[in-house]
Amino acid sequence: MTVKINGKPETIPDGTPVNELLRLKGVKMPEMVSVQLNGDILARESFSTTTVNDSDEVEFLYFMGGGAGWA
Amino acid sequence: MGLSEEQVLRYSRHILLKDVGGVGQEKLLGSRVLIVGAGGLGSPIALYLAAGGVGHIGIIDDDAVDLTNLQRQIIHYSADVGRPKVESAREKILQLNPDVEVTTYRQRLTAENAFDILRPWDFIVEGTDNFPTKFLVNDACVLSGKPFSQGGILRFEGQTMTHVPGSACYRCVFDAPPPKGAVPSCSEAGVLGAIAGMLGTIQATETLRYLLGIGKLLVDRMLFFDARDMEMRTVTLKRNPACPVCGDAPTIRELREYEQPVCDLPTPVASIKTVSSRSGA
Repeated sequence: MTVKINGKPETIPDGTPVNELLRLKGVKMPEMVSVQLNGDILARESFSTTTVNDSDEVEFLYFMGGGAGWA
Repeated sequence: MGLSEEQVLRYSRHILLKDVGGVGQEKLLGSRVLIVGAGGLGSPIALYLAAGGVGHIGIIDDDAVDLTNLQRQIIHYSADVGRPKVESAREKILQLNPDVEVTTYRQRLTAENAFDILRPWDFIVEGTDNFPTKFLVNDACVLSGKPFSQGGILRFEGQTMTHVPGSACYRCVFDAPPPKGAVPSCSEAGVLGAIAGMLGTIQATETLRYLLGIGKLLVDRMLFFDARDMEMRTVTLKRNPACPVCGDAPTIRELREYEQPVCDLPTPVASIKTVSSRSGA
């Protein structure tokens, strides 16, 4: 199935849970990402129980801490 | 009050804009903006707001200028190393535009002092380098009904949003600071200095647009850019009913402090310690 991740169409296996999607997309630190699914921010606890469906729009929103060198 | 002859010349390129005009320029001269952090973001924000004639600018930062800051914190010069950032910034602002009144706070924004410090200002611009202050500014602004611009940068990337009362807040997206240890270590991170200018000028523009009522703000939207390929996009946001501060059943009703998540950790490179400033990206 095809979903949009950060605006770009991507083909992923049917019924992929959000935590698996993060892994598939190479997100090394899921703690640093908020996930928006079709406009709604997902609770972190539901990453493993929420599956992504065909044509869904997913946004990975990254924490950015600043520029002093440690973020 | 009316503009002086010199002010008409100084701000002529603003006044020529139909959306600003003499009336808008007078509005800017009567506005009060607080900048949290006199660093990478705070530098261009302060300079453009001062140049543009925002009449009263506040700056809060407890840090001193460090040699490692000069790569991006353009309000500070080589001779300022070791001086309080707020003093260095005040001096440059007044040299640039003596019309501006500057209030400096050489201290950290804390849960205890935040409401008092924010109260007299029309708009707050957050440009700090640490999550505890980012969340504190968000919570204090949301709880006291203050509009603010939030910004963060990392490596080649930037992110910013604007909040006005009732719109999505930073916590609607990021419900809590990242856990200790989740943030990349000091020695891994870094930032292209010019990125601070890109994001800071977006925040300065948001501030001016808010004060002048021009166009559609970055409200209920988050802007991201990745300067590695120079791509920019905005993501539509909405108020999150589960938000701990502005949601339907808020759990945060008063301010609290968060731990500094990293850089208090041992770092492999000793010199990195000098860039662990608490405010001022």
